[in-house]
Amino acid sequence: MALLEVENLQTHFRTPSGVNRAVDGVSFHVNEGETLAIVGESGCGKSVTSMSLMRLIPEPPGRIAGSIRFAGRDLLQLSDREMRAIRGNDISMIFQEPMTSLNPVLTVGRQIRETLMIHQGLDKQKAEAHAIEMLTLVGIPEPKRRVREYPHQLSGGMRQRVMIAIALACNPKLLIADEPTTALDVTIQAQILKLMLDLKHRVGAAIILITHDLGVVAEIAERVMVMYAGRKVEEAPVAELFRSPRHPYTQGLLGAVPRLGSSLTGTARRLAEIPGQVPDLRKPITGCVFAGRCALATDLCRQYAPGLEEKGPRHVAACHYAAKGAIAA
Amino acid sequence: MSPPLLQVNDLKKHFPVKTGLFNRKSEFVYAVDGVSFEIARGETLSLVGESGCGKSTVGRAILRLFEITSGQVILDGQRIDDAAPSTMRQMRRRVQVVFQDPFSSLNPRMRVRDILAEPIRNFGLAKSAEDLEVRVTSLMDTVRLPREALNRRPHEFSGGQRQRIGIARALAAEPELIVCDEAVSALDVSVKAQIVNLLQDLQSEFGLALLFISHDLAIVEHMTHRVAVMYLGKIVEVAPRREIFAAPRHPYTKALLSAVPLPEPGAQRNPIILKGDVPSPINPPSGCRFHTRCPFVFDRCRTEEPMLRAAGAEQWVACHLEEAAPAMSS
Repeated sequence: MALLEVENLQTHFRTPSGVNRAVDGVSFHVNEGETLAIVGESGCGKSVTSMSLMRLIPEPPGRIAGSIRFAGRDLLQLSDREMRAIRGNDISMIFQEPMTSLNPVLTVGRQIRETLMIHQGLDKQKAEAHAIEMLTLVGIPEPKRRVREYPHQLSGGMRQRVMIAIALACNPKLLIADEPTTALDVTIQAQILKLMLDLKHRVGAAIILITHDLGVVAEIAERVMVMYAGRKVEEAPVAELFRSPRHPYTQGLLGAVPRLGSSLTGTARRLAEIPGQVPDLRKPITGCVFAGRCALATDLCRQYAPGLEEKGPRHVAACHYAAKGAIAA
Repeated sequence: MSPPLLQVNDLKKHFPVKTGLFNRKSEFVYAVDGVSFEIARGETLSLVGESGCGKSTVGRAILRLFEITSGQVILDGQRIDDAAPSTMRQMRRRVQVVFQDPFSSLNPRMRVRDILAEPIRNFGLAKSAEDLEVRVTSLMDTVRLPREALNRRPHEFSGGQRQRIGIARALAAEPELIVCDEAVSALDVSVKAQIVNLLQDLQSEFGLALLFISHDLAIVEHMTHRVAVMYLGKIVEVAPRREIFAAPRHPYTKALLSAVPLPEPGAQRNPIILKGDVPSPINPPSGCRFHTRCPFVFDRCRTEEPMLRAAGAEQWVACHLEEAAPAMSS
């Protein structure tokens, strides 16, 4: 059985210029211990999706509809108190900016202890000991000294390790990582990705990884869901998606990134452009959300929104023209 | 042989910082500490490295956005680092810049028409009002924006379109060199591809030289002719694209390249994972600045600084492991 099952998630925001349908009817699931990547460009709704799972969307102006079943319970039906018991305990989250997501006036140790004392009912000494263990686990040298330090005394990579330590302190079943390495330099990113892979094997938590970096996706995800304009447009196991992307948007995304080493193998070519830009989500969209930028679009696409159809084993895409196994990238 | 378009000799920029009780102690950030390179006409040189390596400071020094601590910046045979304001003004026209953030680098109160007309007026490039109008509209065509957009203001555009306006503004002065300081880093994948293609087209159309400052190695490989790798204010390796990506010599270049995640699931890679973080440029390590993180460190690296040495026809490396090669004359 799936650990997390999201059914027709709709997160809309009331704005002075109309309702913004940031996430509009997205369904997906995450199995225990699995890593699902959600990819897409700015404004596709990937971060709003993750914030909705944690119920961190301010209501109003936001409104979340649909169902989010986590370990058999619908999170949208829980009271605020019940939800608080889940956040940071069963489901935890790491954010992009380790600079702003840690409290600058509290020591690192205190911030790790806090979640242990609230959720696990540990006393201060036990929590402190566990905090030091967690810092050791995430590879911070001299953890006994570091627990007494403040976030500004740590580098960006160290802060992200602390964030991961806090997120994993209570052994969550699900970890949501929202662009966890985007703000980091590439050598530090390599350290953090390796850490996440190691911890995944040791802790066994399921991970939802939100990113726009296809390299990071290829590195650690098992399954990928591609979002565009608040909808899911394609989903497949990672190798399958990179080998035979079916949706024109996914194909465009993959063609738009240069490959390292391509100048040597003679495979360098002009980058694929996706013309135009993302539609305004405050206006109702008839037909396919990608029709305005798609080279294959016809009147059918502009009138009728394609549903998600099976295009291969565990592979779905929302496109009228992505025939089963037909389009090769 | 004609001189290179731009020549940078032993450039240093040290920023003073106040530390200690009551700011009594003055220290320096050694942001750029002895950097030399050349750019030929129509060539793209990329400066790569991680945050704080000094790559943006080099770009700004060339634009003379501040006075440098020491060294020389020579544009087309003429020194510009100490040029008088009147000569500098004409030199400024020849070197333009495109910044990273298209949201903060355009004046929100100006219409696109005025943003583009300003450099043309400043440098007296237009002969008449009609000429000005012709130039402004053709700039819009060049960067593939609709002419109607001239009367709009920056907030009405998306990030990618704003970056096109920023590029058009740089082109308005008819420069020979454009410094692109992380010019595509803030853009989404599909938009990034549009801007990268545009820059390549413009380069071949106008014979522009580009100083492409970036941390994105895949984009750099796609765009560049030569690459200079920086670490803590120094160039550790300079080489043509092929050598850098096929046969990097410096351990830092190797680590940097191997750390890039490839968009190929299951790709066989053995990333060299560097330990620790980049040390502070206030107290850079003695000897080779990379020795605190280098997997091949030996005693000499801790005390003696390696010079850039020729490691191939056009490849220069600053590493004691390259000992056998003759040192670059300095």
